[in-house]
Amino acid sequence: MATVELRFSALPEHVRTARLVAAAVARRAGVDEAVLDEVRLAVGEACTRAVGLHQSGGITAPVKVLLIEEEKQFSIEVGDEAPRSAPGDRAPGGAAEDPDAESEEDEMGLAVISGLVDDVEVTAGEHGGLIRMTWPTTPPTAVLP
Amino acid sequence: MDLSLSTETVGDRTIVKVGGEIDVYTAPKLREQLVELVNDGSFHLVVDMEGVDFLDSTGLGVLVGGLKRVRAHEGSLRLVCNQERILKIFRITGLTKVFPIHTSVEEAVAATD
Repeated sequence: MATVELRFSALPEHVRTARLVAAAVARRAGVDEAVLDEVRLAVGEACTRAVGLHQSGGITAPVKVLLIEEEKQFSIEVGDEAPRSAPGDRAPGGAAEDPDAESEEDEMGLAVISGLVDDVEVTAGEHGGLIRMTWPTTPPTAVLP
Repeated sequence: MDLSLSTETVGDRTIVKVGGEIDVYTAPKLREQLVELVNDGSFHLVVDMEGVDFLDSTGLGVLVGGLKRVRAHEGSLRLVCNQERILKIFRITGLTKVFPIHTSVEEAVAATD
């Protein structure tokens, strides 16, 4: 199992970097070219959501992205450190200026992810949340002796 | 890549030509542009997205916000887009029912409700 790990300060300008790295690693792992756009969009949505949660919660820790190459599949985990008292709860401090608009954007990001990715798990707990997305990979063509 | 924006007036329509990537970092620029146009009295907007390489939910949020603003003045916000990967985002979020999407600026300018 090969893994690339990326940590970035919770700033909007770094989300693009995360998208580019994720797409590059996904391509190398054998994710179909036609699906790379979806990988790029899904990881961007997950990172945008994490950046928003860190910023609204005043969390200085970086956002963590794991790109995991496994046999026949490629997974991306995007982790935030925004605590929720119960799964699905908003982070404390998340009710900034316009809680409704913020939560709508958050929902829209998740809607895009679930519309794009067939295999997605969203978990959240007191230490933060995690979005895990998985895509199948095409194994390299076997070379016959 | 950054976001590029330019505007042009055709009759009572204002065409906003967008290029580059619309994401969490660049979307505020687009929001500002749309807010400014509405504040200046342009209520019939055509957003030309043919030069857009990437669009995420933050960008969708800005477009929905723009639509809300022009509708408050009985205006309209039409999109021009032929790119399948961008159209797909509108489809999965159900926003194809919210925005009139045209294949060319000419078609969008000529369109009436």
